Amino acid sequence: MKHTLQQVFHSGKFVTGFSIFVAILLIVIIYPLIITDPPLRIIGQGTFFEPGIYVNVYDSISSPHYTLNLDDAAAKRIASKLGEDDRIAIKDWLVAVGIPESEIDTTDTAKLLDQWVNNYDPATRISGMTNATRNYYIRLNNSLKGLLSTDGVSIAVANPETAVLEETSTIVQSDYVNVNQVANVRVLPLGTDNFGRDVLTELVEATRVSLQIGFVAGVIATLIGLTLGLLSGYVGGFVDDIIMFITNLFTVIPSFVLLILISFSIGQDRRGPVTIAIVIGFTSWVWTTRAVRSQVISLRNRDHVNLSKLSGHSLVHIIVTDIFPYIASYVVMALILQISSGILVEAGLSILGLGPRTTDVPTLGLMMNWAMIYQAHILGKWWAYFPVIVTIALIAFSMNLMNTGLDQVFNPALRD
Amino acid sequence: MKGYRKYFLNKLLWFLITLVTAFILNFILPRLMPGDPVASIVSRLAQGMSNTTGVQAIYQQYSDLFGTNKPMLEQFWLYMRNVFRGDFGFSFSQYPRTVADVIKSSVWWTVILQFPAIIVGWLIGNTLGALAAYRKGSFDKVLMPVSIFISNLPAFGMAIILLVIFGVSLKWFPTSGGYGFDLIPNASWKFVWSVIVHYQLPFWSVVLITIGGQAIGMRSMAIYELNADYVKYSRFMGIKDRKIVGYVFRNAMLPQITGLALSIGTMVGGALVAEIIFSYPGLGSTILTAVLGQDYPLISATTLIITIMVLAANFLIEIIYGVLDPRIKAAQAD
Repeated sequence: MKHTLQQVFHSGKFVTGFSIFVAILLIVIIYPLIITDPPLRIIGQGTFFEPGIYVNVYDSISSPHYTLNLDDAAAKRIASKLGEDDRIAIKDWLVAVGIPESEIDTTDTAKLLDQWVNNYDPATRISGMTNATRNYYIRLNNSLKGLLSTDGVSIAVANPETAVLEETSTIVQSDYVNVNQVANVRVLPLGTDNFGRDVLTELVEATRVSLQIGFVAGVIATLIGLTLGLLSGYVGGFVDDIIMFITNLFTVIPSFVLLILISFSIGQDRRGPVTIAIVIGFTSWVWTTRAVRSQVISLRNRDHVNLSKLSGHSLVHIIVTDIFPYIASYVVMALILQISSGILVEAGLSILGLGPRTTDVPTLGLMMNWAMIYQAHILGKWWAYFPVIVTIALIAFSMNLMNTGLDQVFNPALRD
Repeated sequence: MKGYRKYFLNKLLWFLITLVTAFILNFILPRLMPGDPVASIVSRLAQGMSNTTGVQAIYQQYSDLFGTNKPMLEQFWLYMRNVFRGDFGFSFSQYPRTVADVIKSSVWWTVILQFPAIIVGWLIGNTLGALAAYRKGSFDKVLMPVSIFISNLPAFGMAIILLVIFGVSLKWFPTSGGYGFDLIPNASWKFVWSVIVHYQLPFWSVVLITIGGQAIGMRSMAIYELNADYVKYSRFMGIKDRKIVGYVFRNAMLPQITGLALSIGTMVGGALVAEIIFSYPGLGSTILTAVLGQDYPLISATTLIITIMVLAANFLIEIIYGVLDPRIKAAQAD
């Protein structure tokens, strides 16, 4: 046993897969200890906040201010306020009043603004321009004027008795606060999802639940598959025919029909992740049975099995001591594959809206489902779905690498 | 030959029993779902009607039409008699279309999407896998991890990534549907072109997933065969390398052909996710709408198609294996 383990951990593929898997497991265990927020609490009002550091505006006003004189501050401020559409609109105007297109560069903010200030005149009538467009240019010009001003912003508080605004302080453009001194800063590395929940915290919890689903489904499927495969392969004859009949039946009836039937009958309220895991387990044992059966068929006429039979050992004894050890390594590999496919099946079902119906716990598939319903992929909100796909792929990838590594250890003919 | 006939007949018998049982289950399982599909159709039709007797009359009429008010056993006999005549009845959710009509309009989308995609993916994957096993070296070192990773991307993940890159960002291909939403299916060039453009993303998402899995399978089979005794023996005999490679890949192909037959058999079920993500009007989308709308006749008919396809594929595999690999037959005989 010790020797086998040593051999297994010498396989590069197994070690790579194992490290990825352990890393995922560690993140799932350690992250909730550090960030103790409930994973499904709605913190954002609105959908799909971009990833980033969110600094409380109220707190940053009352934090100590520092004056930093930076030359490029004004240019950066204007550049970030001036959107892509506005730049193109400015270019259109400039072209219309007769500036050659080669002289206009929409990426050079300073030069573009300079050209705009020199050439824009609200009174100019450009032929073919609708009134709405002209009003848009007037609005754009006003907002640019606001941007270009160097005055500070006043902070005023309404007097509760007279309802008159009283200025309390002024913030000038060179004022800075130290993020460390602001009381409320929230880092959202993956932004928020469609309901305004922190995607990273949700993703970690979802990974944990999905791993549990995969594990439960994988263990159930492997146990059923192993038992039926051993019986069918070793006993043969009529038992074999019956078991293969049931196996074929499960192959030909699409498992999602069974799944929907079962989930309808247990009621929507109780259709939790564990129920889905059990259902996946009960519908995905088929290929394990087939594989174990064909392995057992090739074993059952070996000399040591025949000897055991002649010695009058019982069926259970022969299967457990003479056949099982030969396929044990194979069963471990099948279990790994079943766990990873359990995770994938849950995700596929949830995307179709047939997964666990729950508001208490997220799963990887449910996160995909929510992102799809709210069109995150069309709107370009990559943080809502891409990390989920990567997580699913990484879990499956690590398990398959482990499996390939084990395969090469136990099956020397496959070694390179 | 006598042993083979016994093997064949035994297989055939069990396949027939499976088919009959699956047929019965396909009929019963959807009908065990709680809920009354006729009630939901009637509530849709009778919207705004305040006349209870009128609503009841409509309900009665539809129950008679669909036969849902008869006992289950009688429904089953009726259903079986009609199916043998090729009549699958009306679709509940898309009434007054018949089930045959709904399936006829969707099955070709699935077949034309899946069949070439599986074949192309299978051919490319096997060629790459065989090359990786034979060439080894850096080709193998790069190809293996890449194909393992690609084949582990869930089908919907691949579909969404392709959709975002080529559909949303680059705008090369449309993101959903089987043809432009402003067109009516006809035989014009404009329509054909629209179909071809809409075809690309779902097609390549299936091809890429297939390539990864097939390459891995073929590579390990080919390595296994390349180390076999007959290869070493042939090398000692001085047989040309090219000829040995031919033998090796013919042997390594055997399980791969099984895989091909199985994936063609299960293509309808496998198409589900890709079709739904691209809103492709194929059988996968039809099944989902049927299930969500409790459309018993449509569910039974689509699952029957899947059943027959999977059974046929399995039967073919068993028969081919019985011919090609005498060991399996011998194991069955004792």
